Amino acid sequence: MTDLIDETIDLEHRLAREPVEKVSIVISKGSLEGIYPGLIMANGARMEGIDADLFFTFFALDALRKDRVDKIKVATVGNPGMHMPTLIGAVPGMSWLATRMMGRQLEKLDIPPIHEFLELIHDSGGHIYGCHATVEMFGLKEEDFIPEVDGILTVGEFYERSAGAQIIFT
Amino acid sequence: MTTIEVGGVAVERDPEGFLVHPEQWTPEIAEELAHESGIPELTPRHMQVVEFMRERYLTTGTAPSIRTLGKESGVPIKELYQLFPKGPAKLAAKIGGIPKPRGCI
Repeated sequence: MTDLIDETIDLEHRLAREPVEKVSIVISKGSLEGIYPGLIMANGARMEGIDADLFFTFFALDALRKDRVDKIKVATVGNPGMHMPTLIGAVPGMSWLATRMMGRQLEKLDIPPIHEFLELIHDSGGHIYGCHATVEMFGLKEEDFIPEVDGILTVGEFYERSAGAQIIFT
Repeated sequence: MTTIEVGGVAVERDPEGFLVHPEQWTPEIAEELAHESGIPELTPRHMQVVEFMRERYLTTGTAPSIRTLGKESGVPIKELYQLFPKGPAKLAAKIGGIPKPRGCI
C-alpha cells in the first residue's frame, strides 16, 4: 500500500516537472507596453527550444500593419504604472516622449524595436498570426501586413494549431 | 555539482551541465558537450558561434544576446536555430564552456 502511494507521488512529481514544449501567446493590446511582454515571452521560448506561436487580435493587430508597426506608443493616459497625473499624460507629445524614453531603455538592454523583434521571432522559427475577426472588423487586406505574418487565423484555427500548447493571453 | 571527464581530466560543472571554470575549456570538451546536447557533429559553423560567444564572454563578462549573436557572429538567426535547434545562445554557451546566459533576450 505504501509502495503504491510512493509510486503515485513519484508519478505526480514527474508529471509536474514535464517541460513546456509549445506556447501559444495571444497579444490583444495595441500599446507598446501591451505588445512587448508577449514578444519577449515568444522569443524567450524559442531561445529555450520551445515552439512558439503568436496570435495578434484587436488593437494588437497594429503590430502587424506596415503603416503602424513603427508608430506604436506607450499609453500615458489610463496607465497607473506611469505614475503620472492624467492631465499631464494627456499633454500633446507626452506619449511620444515616453515612447522615446522607453525605446532608448529597451535598446540599452538589447531589446529590438517591434518590427525587428517580429523578424527575429520569425527567423527563430516562431509563427506570427493575425486574428481573422479583427482583420474583417478593420477591413484589412493581405498587402496591409508586414512580410513576417504567416497567416490570418480564425479562433477555431488558432485552437487547432495550439493543440498540446500552453495558451498565454496578454 | 557534476564533472565531465575528457582525456583523463575531470572538469567541474554546475547542475545544468555548464562548466564552472571557463578556463578549463578545450575543443575536446566542446565535442563532448555537443554530443551530450544532441548535436552529433560540431561543424566549423557551429564553432564560429561557439567561439564568438566565448570570446564575448571572456572580454565583456557577459554572454551576448540572441540579437547580437544574429547580427555580429556572422551566422544569421535562421541558421543559428538550424545549428542549435534547442536554443542557440544557451547551447553555444554550454559548448563554449561559459556560464548559462542570464538575459531574457
